[in-house]
Amino acid sequence: MDPIKTFTGTMVALPINDIDTDQIIPARYLKVTDKNGLGAACFSDWRYEADGTPKPEFPLNQVQYKNAAVLVGGHNFGCGSSREHAPWALIGAGFQAVISTYFADIFRNNALKNGLLPIVVDEATHQQLISLAQEDPTAAVTVDLAAQTVILPDGRAVTFPIDGFSKHCLLNGVDQLGYLLGMHHEAETYEANHPARVNTALVAG
Amino acid sequence: MSSNGHSRLKTLFEKVWDAHLVRPQTDDLPAVLYIDLHLVHEVTSPQAFTMLRERGLKVRRPDRTLATMDHSTPTIPRGADGIIPVHDQMAAAQLDVMRKNCADFGIPLYDLGTRNQGIVHVIGPEQGLTQPGMTIVCGDSHTSTHGAFGALAFGIGTSEVGHVLATQTLLQNKPKTMAVRIEGQLHAGVTAKDIILAIIAKIGIGGGTGYVFEYMGEAIRGLGMEGRMTICNMSIEGGARAGMIAPDDTTFQYIAGRPAAPQGAAWDAAVAKWRTLPSDEGAAFDSQVTLRADELVPMITYGTNPGMGMSITSRVPDPATLSDASQKLALDKALTYMGLQPNQPLLGKAVDVVFIGSCTNSRIGDLREAARFMKGRKVAEGVRMMVVPGSQQVKAQAEAEGLDMVFREAGAEWREAGCSMCIAMNGDQLQPGQYAVSTSNRNFEGRQGKGGRTFLASPLTAAATAVSGVITDPRTVMSERENA
Ligand code: SF4
Repeated sequence: MDPIKTFTGTMVALPINDIDTDQIIPARYLKVTDKNGLGAACFSDWRYEADGTPKPEFPLNQVQYKNAAVLVGGHNFGCGSSREHAPWALIGAGFQAVISTYFADIFRNNALKNGLLPIVVDEATHQQLISLAQEDPTAAVTVDLAAQTVILPDGRAVTFPIDGFSKHCLLNGVDQLGYLLGMHHEAETYEANHPARVNTALVAG
Repeated sequence: MSSNGHSRLKTLFEKVWDAHLVRPQTDDLPAVLYIDLHLVHEVTSPQAFTMLRERGLKVRRPDRTLATMDHSTPTIPRGADGIIPVHDQMAAAQLDVMRKNCADFGIPLYDLGTRNQGIVHVIGPEQGLTQPGMTIVCGDSHTSTHGAFGALAFGIGTSEVGHVLATQTLLQNKPKTMAVRIEGQLHAGVTAKDIILAIIAKIGIGGGTGYVFEYMGEAIRGLGMEGRMTICNMSIEGGARAGMIAPDDTTFQYIAGRPAAPQGAAWDAAVAKWRTLPSDEGAAFDSQVTLRADELVPMITYGTNPGMGMSITSRVPDPATLSDASQKLALDKALTYMGLQPNQPLLGKAVDVVFIGSCTNSRIGDLREAARFMKGRKVAEGVRMMVVPGSQQVKAQAEAEGLDMVFREAGAEWREAGCSMCIAMNGDQLQPGQYAVSTSNRNFEGRQGKGGRTFLASPLTAAATAVSGVITDPRTVMSERENA
């Protein structure tokens, strides 16, 4: 994965609470066997009429939000299914960060593994960002991962939390699997001290 | 052991967590956890295998990995050749990829229609693979189901599926713990499903975010393993990645004699170890919530997430009574999608479909309970009732007991095993605008088919509704029958 650099982008607001991953990418699109091409199906059921024409009132379809890189969602963004297709679809739709007051645990993990930043802000900032995005589609925020800040158009810098390891990996383009592979001696030691609890080969077929 | 030499009081979760640390968590680094069992299905694994291939990696422990097919698999009748036909080309391709991945990497696979195939969270316990004190993961959020056995079991994403395939370990930050106490005893007609729907209605769908639940109390101890699985299954619907229940004699009896269970002296040693797992008396939880089972009645959801639930005898809430603007908006949006009015009762509401199935409620006990209602009764005219067993083994058992005939004679469809209309990616789906009472776990918009509208409820409520054609409190049907 490429290292995440400081970026500036415009926002689009979807101020709906509890946006679940079934809305982000409906299950019928999960029959794919790769990660690509899911962007067009992102929020498909909210975005398109039954005949496939885009709904003009849905923000993601509006020309002024076409290039938004930051999605501002309602509380508890990404709840429901563990499908990593959700961050893949959001990235495919052009997003680099999602801002909410809190995220569902699995979605947050999945997003971090793919370089989509889940940014938690306080309620007042959240409200401010939603209003900003709705009133001025050109309003841009700057996301500085190293400093863990979102810089608002008025210059105010709001800090956001992220665990140190994820931050390190994202800033340096380090992949977490490499780290785990580097621990194979420890894993072997663990296995030597802890006999297998089950053996799936015994119940094969 | 703490630094001063005597052991600290620990919760069930902490005992399992500590026993699986390949490397403990530090200020800078997450813990590395060893994974005892990795379950795999066709939808969330292909990209993980691709990653392994790209890097020339093997699956580290195929003997601790098991794959099944469940999500995109058809549940339609077998052909004359005994094979379940897959007409959807994308699904067929995905199943072929699963076969190839399992063959190439040496992973046991329960292929479509074979005798052990089924929903990933049904087959683990069925085989005796799900045991107390284990760590179990799967690229599926309802992996929480396995916590019913006192295992630490949670859903992971596809990148993490790749991590576990390659290393049998996982990077994790330690979650917090929440004690969920269910005191008192359930009344007749009220089930495990009603308990969990009531918990989620109480804490909200984000209420458990960051936590592992431990369910405890008299009502939990009184449940069999299937009821416990139903409850743990929906932990994720309360935002918790995992839910656990301390193992006891009920747990051990369920596991005993299953194919992957320890035998002989190993069994005795295992049970002795499992008995040390329950939370120590006085162990501290980060948070707690309590519910009284004897105050519960059958539950039903009215909205578009599992937290929007209420007693079946209640009326749909009114957005006008909510003060929080975003909550008001959410309820408005949900009622519009559901085509419901504020203050409307749900009892008596006509439905189009009744779905009995999913990893929440598709085990033999669920089917027995539903069949008890259906026996000698008919599915109401205009209602489609689907009964989808959770696994081929459940299906075979039900057929041996004649339950399939009870359902068929009532006018219900008896299907092959799989996720089916729980996730509606296999062709089993609601039509736009249709109403369903469903025993599954999610009522999100479009979950059971684009435009479909789902009421989540117990198998008892589902069966009672199928017979009358309108949402029905099962307790009224039960008393009618008893009085007849
Ligand atoms: S039955 Fe439904 S919830 Fe369970 S694993 Fe299948 S799709 Fe997921």
